[in-house]
Amino acid sequence: MAQGQTAPGIVSGRLSSEDIAANFDDLHPAYAPHEAAVAADRCYFCYDAPCVTACPTDIDIPLFIRQIQTGHPQAAAQTILDQNILGGMCARVCPTETLCEESCVRETAEGKPVEIGRLQRYATDTVMSAGVHPFERAASTGKTVAVVGAGPAGLAAAHRLAMLGHDVVIHEARPKAGGLNEFGIAAYKSTENYAEAEVDWLLKIGGITIENGSALGQGVTLAGLQEAYDAVFLSIGLGGVNALRAEGEDKDGVRDAVDFIADLRQADDLSALPVGRNVVVIGGGMTAVDAAVQSKLLGAENVTIAYRRGREAMGASRFEQDLAASKGVKLMFNVQPVAVHGNGAATEIELEYTSYTGGELTGTGETVRLSADQVFKAIGQTLEDAPGELTLDGRKIAVTGAGRTSLERVWAGGDCAAGGDDLTVTAVAEGRDAAMDIHASLSA
Amino acid sequence: MADLKTNFLGIESPNPFWLASAPPTDKEYNVRRAFEAGWGGVVWKTLGAEGPPVVNVNGPRYGAIWGADRRLLGLNNIELITDRPLQTNLDEITRVKKDYPDRAIIVSLMVPCEEAAWKAILPRVMETGADGIELNFGCPHGMAERGMGSAVGQVPEYIEMVTRWCKENYDKPAIVKLTPNITDVRFPARAAKAGGADAVSLINTINSIVSVDLDQMAPEPIIGDKGTHGGYCGPAVKPIAMNMVAEIARCPQTHGLPISAIGGITTWRDAAEFMALGAGNVQVCTAAMTYGFKIVEEMISGLSQWMDEKGYASTSDFIGMAVPNVTDWQYLNLNSISKAKIDQDACIKCGRCYAACEDTSHQAIAMSEDRTFTVKDDECVACNLCVNVCPVENCISMVELQPGELDERTGETVSADYANWTTHPNNPSAQAAE
Ligand SMILES: Cc1cc2nc3c(=O)[nH]c(=O)nc-3n(C[C@H](O)[C@H](O)[C@H](O)COP(=O)(O)OP(=O)(O)OC[C@H]3O[C@@H](n4cnc5c(N)ncnc54)[C@H](O)[C@@H]3O)c2cc1C
Ligand SMILES: Cc1cc2nc3c(=O)[nH]c(=O)nc-3n(C[C@H](O)[C@H](O)[C@H](O)COP(=O)(O)O)c2cc1C
Ligand code: SF4
Ligand code: SF4
Ligand code: SF4
Repeated sequence: MAQGQTAPGIVSGRLSSEDIAANFDDLHPAYAPHEAAVAADRCYFCYDAPCVTACPTDIDIPLFIRQIQTGHPQAAAQTILDQNILGGMCARVCPTETLCEESCVRETAEGKPVEIGRLQRYATDTVMSAGVHPFERAASTGKTVAVVGAGPAGLAAAHRLAMLGHDVVIHEARPKAGGLNEFGIAAYKSTENYAEAEVDWLLKIGGITIENGSALGQGVTLAGLQEAYDAVFLSIGLGGVNALRAEGEDKDGVRDAVDFIADLRQADDLSALPVGRNVVVIGGGMTAVDAAVQSKLLGAENVTIAYRRGREAMGASRFEQDLAASKGVKLMFNVQPVAVHGNGAATEIELEYTSYTGGELTGTGETVRLSADQVFKAIGQTLEDAPGELTLDGRKIAVTGAGRTSLERVWAGGDCAAGGDDLTVTAVAEGRDAAMDIHASLSA
Repeated sequence: MADLKTNFLGIESPNPFWLASAPPTDKEYNVRRAFEAGWGGVVWKTLGAEGPPVVNVNGPRYGAIWGADRRLLGLNNIELITDRPLQTNLDEITRVKKDYPDRAIIVSLMVPCEEAAWKAILPRVMETGADGIELNFGCPHGMAERGMGSAVGQVPEYIEMVTRWCKENYDKPAIVKLTPNITDVRFPARAAKAGGADAVSLINTINSIVSVDLDQMAPEPIIGDKGTHGGYCGPAVKPIAMNMVAEIARCPQTHGLPISAIGGITTWRDAAEFMALGAGNVQVCTAAMTYGFKIVEEMISGLSQWMDEKGYASTSDFIGMAVPNVTDWQYLNLNSISKAKIDQDACIKCGRCYAACEDTSHQAIAMSEDRTFTVKDDECVACNLCVNVCPVENCISMVELQPGELDERTGETVSADYANWTTHPNNPSAQAAE
């Protein structure tokens, strides 16, 4: 389909549906039972295991792996889900190479960690496919909690609160729950509509109502929520996108990477999704890598990630960088955009080389032009819609302890709260911990 | 290249690796394939008396236990002796021996415990030209219930009697195969020797139930809805077999009686260990049943490489070398003091040594905030548990204290003298040290 790949402009159908389906197949495919047994056998059942310390949700990894090994994957799933109700999604999206697997002693020993993520998927898949929801609600407390935002942080908080007997209403601006699990995570990490299936499964606990299209700041106010509920948990993520501040940023073909990914994740038919022939992604984080890789998988001929600092400063892990490179994405370091050229629509991007001296990043004056009919901005998301009465810490909601904000009976967690590291698993941990704190204060 | 040629009871074979009497040596077709693959000899699958052959159950006939990645560690079987007509086997043995004069062929026998039965079969075995016989006193199931196999092997008087009949009615070497399903293997070994056996071979399989089907609530393998105990073999039985071989090799009454070692032999190293404990050659069954006949190639090349490295020109150079170093517990040196030592560069900080020592041994390993594990010399008794559970080979070693050094645990200085339990003051029946 070379013809399709070299077609100019932003067009769909660069590759056949079969090629696209193959390209977007599972990044970390499910284990067959024997593979799982062999992988589980590699775990040493460490004392006070370093992998557990490295997991933001403190999953008892040696225990769940041993449960797989002894033929009880459902019990393993219970061990996982007790700590992390989105353990299934985390198994797919966690950058394990910088979390649990990085600190696995077999990584130290051989450079080959126990594949904790895939084992976690194996365990949680058995529960999901059996349609079992192994949690029950405690007797009703009569208390109500409003959760704003149905991303990982909000869902984790809601589940824990519902389990403890509180009634939860989630106000979600979008028509669908899931947050970035549904709209952001790369398609090859969450295949077969996993995000949606997981939300449906999570809601089986009962006691959680989701009000879609109900946005804080648009009709819903924080004061109103405080009035109507016993507690409020804010988990609105980072809705805004940083501006590029480059000339020509408004030309056709320049857009936010997260929007492109959201379209991609919601597309029924990926071969109908348009993508450029020459794609340039500005940024150095996971979003940049995801936008670049998925452009390539859709059939873009040339895809370049342009990052303003060196490789070592890149937010995306080495694994993610290598993944991009293996799919044919070119990584350019120490370049920043100065202008997008083109008559109405982008055709070229002009990048300036940078140098990092005296703690400051400056342009060297030397520039280079790359063909670019599509430019994705992936230079970070920002907090939007945060109610004005909340104290901020930098550009996020200030919190102390388990997500307590400056306001009485208002908690916050996930990406919108200060302190985390913008990962699904951290959002889950923060949601869970805030729920426990809310529960403690409601029971006091 | 070291010469692996082995002379066992005057029977020459190009290497010490024989196939044990079992399915691998069941018929001409298998045995020819085995010889082509390089096996030094075979003990033909056990023959019974003239008449209608025994009948095996259809199956399943095997059960197993596995280690990581389904590596077969132990096999259990409920097979009987050959279920083919006697004359068929004898004809095949004759043909194969003629074609492979340089390989050993031993005929395994099990007939009723009457002299007439043995007198009837032995001349027919003689005619085959086979190099000797092995008396199967070991089969733990099926045959024992008919007064043969381990039913004979468990009664030393019967062993002696049947062995004597054989020696009187057969001119070539007779090996007595022992069952491990007894309390002290030296008794049947002595009986075999008293009866005139040229050698003993051991072990036959161990009574076992390898697994229980928790749905059918029956031991496996299950025939219909019932199971029975089977005979256990394979890598898991090697330690048991080695102890039995060593017991016979070092017993004053049986010392020097040739031994053909059997039980879990899978690699050249297993064979070398058995031979160091006094075995003149080895027999293999499960390893061949697991991997096929080709494994003998590794056994041959591995053993000869090791012999070259050690400077042994022939197997007789090292056979029995470890026997003098097998002793009874009471003669171990109580003044030999060691301490565990952790190589911090090799340590991967899994903490298994800590859990093992802290929970189940002597609380002699310290764990720091940053997961550094160190041995407390004032607590360590050198039990070796940490070495055994550490996943990194050679990461923890036992360092022996030299005479004159302080044992921080006891506060005593290490003595250069040898002292054992027989002379220890805590021993109520201690004899005064001379
Ligand atoms: C492209 C991309 C790829 C990523 N890949 C990974 C990955 O592979 N692994 C990983 O661990 N992390 C990844 N992340 C980060 C991860 O997705 C986030 O850290 C995580 O989703 C944060 O969860 P959250 O619940 O805080 O916020 P979100 O997931 O952003 O959810 C916030 C929710 O709040 C809703 N909302 C927002 N404003 C309002 C409002 N005013 N009223 C009502 N509802 C509102 C939103 O619609 C959304 O549903 C990625 C992020 C992006 C952008
Ligand atoms: C299926 C099977 C059948 C056996 N049949 C006999 C037999 O007929 N006669 C005999 O002396 N030993 C028999 N044995 C025992 C083996 O010869 C051998 O002693 C035992 O398996 C231990 O050796 P290994 O660990 O190498 O298998 C049999 C073993 C197995 C597995
Ligand atoms: S660190 Fe690795 S080996 Fe140790 S418990 Fe965790 S997964 Fe298992
Ligand atoms: S040798 Fe035994 S006592 Fe000493 S540290 Fe190791 S486990 Fe503990
Ligand atoms: S068992 Fe071995 S590798 Fe593990 S902590 Fe102890 S010494 Fe280190």
